[in-house]
Amino acid sequence: MTNHYIDLKNADVILIMGSNAAEHHPMAFKWILRAKEKGAQIIHVDPRYTRTSARCDYHVPLRSGTDIAFLGGMINYIASNDKFFHDYVVNYTNAPFLVNPDFQFNDGLFSGYNPEKRKYDKATWTFQMDANGVPMKDFTLQDPRCVFQLMKQHYSRYTLDKVSSITGVSKENLLKVYEAYASTGVPDKAGTECYALGWTHHTTGSQIIRTMSMIQLLLGNMGIAGGGVNALRGEPNVQGSTDHCILYGNLPGYLKMLNTSCPDLKTYLEHYTPKCNDPQSANFYINYPKFTVSFLKAMYGDAATPENEFGYNWLPKLDDGKHYSLMHLFDKMYEGKIKGLFSYGTDPAVSSPNSGKVRKALEKLDFLVSANIFDNETCSFWHGPGVDPTQVKTECFLLPAAATMEKEGSQSNSGRWVQWKYKAVNPPEDALAIGDIQIRIMDTIKALYAKEGGPNAESILNLKWDYKDGKGNFDALKVAKQINGYWLADSTYEDKLTGATKDFKKGELVPSFGMLRDDGTTSCGNWIMSGSFDEKGLNKMAKREKDDPTGLGLYPNWAYCWPVNRRIIYNRASCDVNGKPYNPKRKILAWTGDKWVGDVPDGPWPPQADKEKGKYPFIMKQDGVGSLFGPGMVEGPFPEHYEPLEGPLAKNPLSNQLINPTIEIFKSELDTVANASEKFPYVCTTYSCTEHWCSGALTRWQAWLLEMQPELYVEIGEQLARDLRIGNADWVHVSSARGRVKCRAMVTKRFVPFKVEGKTVHQVGLPFNYGWLYPEDGSDSTNFLTPTVGDANTFCPEYKAFMVNVERA
Amino acid sequence: MKEHKMEYVKLIDTTLCTACRGCQVACKQWNENPASKTQNHGSYQNPQDLEWNTWTLIRFQEYTDTDGNFKWLFRKDGCMHCTDAACVRACPSGALHHTDYGVVAHNREICIGCKACTSACPFDIPRYNKTTEKIYKCDLCYDRLKNGQPAACVKACITGAITMGEKETMIKKAYDRVEKLGGKAVVYGDKFVGGTHVMYILSEPPAVYDKLPVKPSVPMSVILWKNLFKPFTLIGMGAIAGAAALHYLIKGPHEVHEKKEGEE
Repeated sequence: MTNHYIDLKNADVILIMGSNAAEHHPMAFKWILRAKEKGAQIIHVDPRYTRTSARCDYHVPLRSGTDIAFLGGMINYIASNDKFFHDYVVNYTNAPFLVNPDFQFNDGLFSGYNPEKRKYDKATWTFQMDANGVPMKDFTLQDPRCVFQLMKQHYSRYTLDKVSSITGVSKENLLKVYEAYASTGVPDKAGTECYALGWTHHTTGSQIIRTMSMIQLLLGNMGIAGGGVNALRGEPNVQGSTDHCILYGNLPGYLKMLNTSCPDLKTYLEHYTPKCNDPQSANFYINYPKFTVSFLKAMYGDAATPENEFGYNWLPKLDDGKHYSLMHLFDKMYEGKIKGLFSYGTDPAVSSPNSGKVRKALEKLDFLVSANIFDNETCSFWHGPGVDPTQVKTECFLLPAAATMEKEGSQSNSGRWVQWKYKAVNPPEDALAIGDIQIRIMDTIKALYAKEGGPNAESILNLKWDYKDGKGNFDALKVAKQINGYWLADSTYEDKLTGATKDFKKGELVPSFGMLRDDGTTSCGNWIMSGSFDEKGLNKMAKREKDDPTGLGLYPNWAYCWPVNRRIIYNRASCDVNGKPYNPKRKILAWTGDKWVGDVPDGPWPPQADKEKGKYPFIMKQDGVGSLFGPGMVEGPFPEHYEPLEGPLAKNPLSNQLINPTIEIFKSELDTVANASEKFPYVCTTYSCTEHWCSGALTRWQAWLLEMQPELYVEIGEQLARDLRIGNADWVHVSSARGRVKCRAMVTKRFVPFKVEGKTVHQVGLPFNYGWLYPEDGSDSTNFLTPTVGDANTFCPEYKAFMVNVERA
Repeated sequence: MKEHKMEYVKLIDTTLCTACRGCQVACKQWNENPASKTQNHGSYQNPQDLEWNTWTLIRFQEYTDTDGNFKWLFRKDGCMHCTDAACVRACPSGALHHTDYGVVAHNREICIGCKACTSACPFDIPRYNKTTEKIYKCDLCYDRLKNGQPAACVKACITGAITMGEKETMIKKAYDRVEKLGGKAVVYGDKFVGGTHVMYILSEPPAVYDKLPVKPSVPMSVILWKNLFKPFTLIGMGAIAGAAALHYLIKGPHEVHEKKEGEE
């Protein structure tokens, strides 16, 4: 989240799209209801009417996978009806920037596309530069090559008629939402957006979110109380795990994973440290080398020296142009190229797309190590349905793991609040915290390497690994302090803005990432977490003070919020160029003439009207402003509507480019696809339910939860059920080009058919919380139906839009 | 009716309920009620009805109003804790009784399982367990109230849809809320059976809701029983015979309530 959960109460309009907040973030929904109580308008846009819709002002159904069309129509509405926040757009976005004359968009493709590689050459996705190397701008926004005009032109194709025909949303409903949301494009109104897996689970997922970010920039809703683009992330500590690099392309703190085209530290740092010639852009990632070197010092301690590039080459590297997502992992496993798998706290035999392929892939492993609270379908794949245990060679281990209440550590919520928690009870019998399991495994591996040597031995032997308490057990606090970072030498820090100095002793903690260094005199496991302790060791994550000085629910002394306890990021954009709050009623920050007062500002510099010392508000962006033109994405600088990999249409109504041109197509014989097929005529989506959690691997064993949602069901609209002569609670088969599941029919008024390109299109949906292991007479994984395909930037699988058939069982 | 120290009212605001069913689970957990083996009946509602081990239940109802607007209604069903409680009037053993807080509790030690209350209750709340031969229902967490804690369902409610407090305060709160909501919203509970200690704020007219009586009242037969027979039976006849007499009065001979009583 750019903002945080409590801040939802400050909004005037809340668009819930790509989320079923009431069912999956019930605690968060409290704050949405608070906003509603104060008169906010709450809108739910979703293929299905859910428990969220029931509590919103109104629900607007749209066909799965058409969110960019819906939002593109909103940009068209805002731009062509002059509903944008002019002052904000001109000063705080790249709307005035002049784009490279060679940049083009034609029939669904941007300039530079290579169809063989399914990849763009981004050479033309750039700005025109002046003599100083600073982007040229037209602050009147009239130049036909300025970002604003190109954007306006791009989305002029997203007319009400066209968008309605793609999405299945009536023109009346489109206008109703557009008008309501665009009403926040004024200084004293705030609009926020809540999304979740309903947006990320698409081949266009990242670009859906980017489209919304553009809308928020146009309306001046970024960096303000009650605004932002807010990912409602889940209980599995999604925020914390991504912060600490669960994604294959990242190092901790969203630094880039090493790759083969950067063979040494110097090349790597040059490649990833952005340059900017505009003195008013803070370009904060100029500090990239400090974060990287401090990270390497945290990894390898004293062994990391300038001479050995701080151990840069002890870390593994990605092959250039290759991807390593979960889907790639199972694809390679299916090819027999992966021999062993550690599967901790996860149940991919249920949760990964194309379960049939995943389970076949598991059979090709030599060994499988699971660490979980309960047995699950992954660990027990060798005796699953249709599997002959005598034919499976895989050796399987199940390590009993401690549950969350049985261990100490930190948990991060979606609002980036990192909260320390204590152990409530000891784990039962032999169960251990994952940290303790890892300590034991790594101790053994290190001892083996010390004794026998082996490939890349230095990376194992030099690893700093002193995270045990006096009794030899995993010490979460020691790891947390290493993540925060230490001074490795007596040092003096000088504040460049004020000239003030402060001395630190070797062994003290680094109190802020602004003090990290690239010479090896600081360590830091994850720069965004630097400052979670003070130099004397006070754990700010454990703070539980309830003071609220702004009255807007920032609660600055409750837990620690990265970065530097900033509760709303880009908060300087809540003020005009002179630092005066746009909305005095919801003042999170104000410039007093010599300092900022309120939330922790995005940097201490004066506001941007001060041409000498002032900085632009979007300090993490190279140019210091929000990107309406976003060349960082692989699909193009402006999000474009493409159909899902599997959809009901043979042609994209907006261009001749049917699907996202940059997604990777998996080609194993189990990766079959049936687009616009008569055999699979119904759009299908998948989701969780309140009563179960993720794959259900934990909740299905809980009798009270199972009692409420005992078995797999498919929700079907009344008209389709009538057409198929399916009665409520009948057994049905749902099938796709990849597999089939048996489940109960739930016939409901909550799914209505869509009118798409003149045709009636029905949509159905199933939860993904069930697997064969328990309950014994229950159902198997919904993911037998889903395709192996993902977003082109993130490889998040497309669980939310594919095609199925439904028949009476 | 006895004098109450302080009467509590639990207010259920259906306009704030997200049907997360935290209350349904919290009730089972606090009262250590086991789960039943269920199946999906084509609705989120599960179990299908109140049972001896399910004292509160969210009812899910798909409804299209007179203006053609679709709505998904959620109503937390459970004991209404009537002031003039038909079950207390009917109970021959004294197991069902009013507590200090004005709510209806049940002493299972002395319950004789006569099922008089199941027939008498206008809200169809008390449930019979064939194995233990006793009646079960919500007592509004008497043990928690006594220790200064809100009922388990109140504690579990995230959105503030279920709140609890002193009776007059809560009635005022209910009317203030309905005034703010406007439209078809109504207060339900204070205008019958002497006032209930569980009240609703409903977004639709009461008649719309499944299994919610529009004008609940104590059955005449129970009033007769209370005035004519009950004192006599408690003194002399023995409770079982009394219960049989009551059952005869309400339902006539040989009617067995298998459906309602059929719990394991």
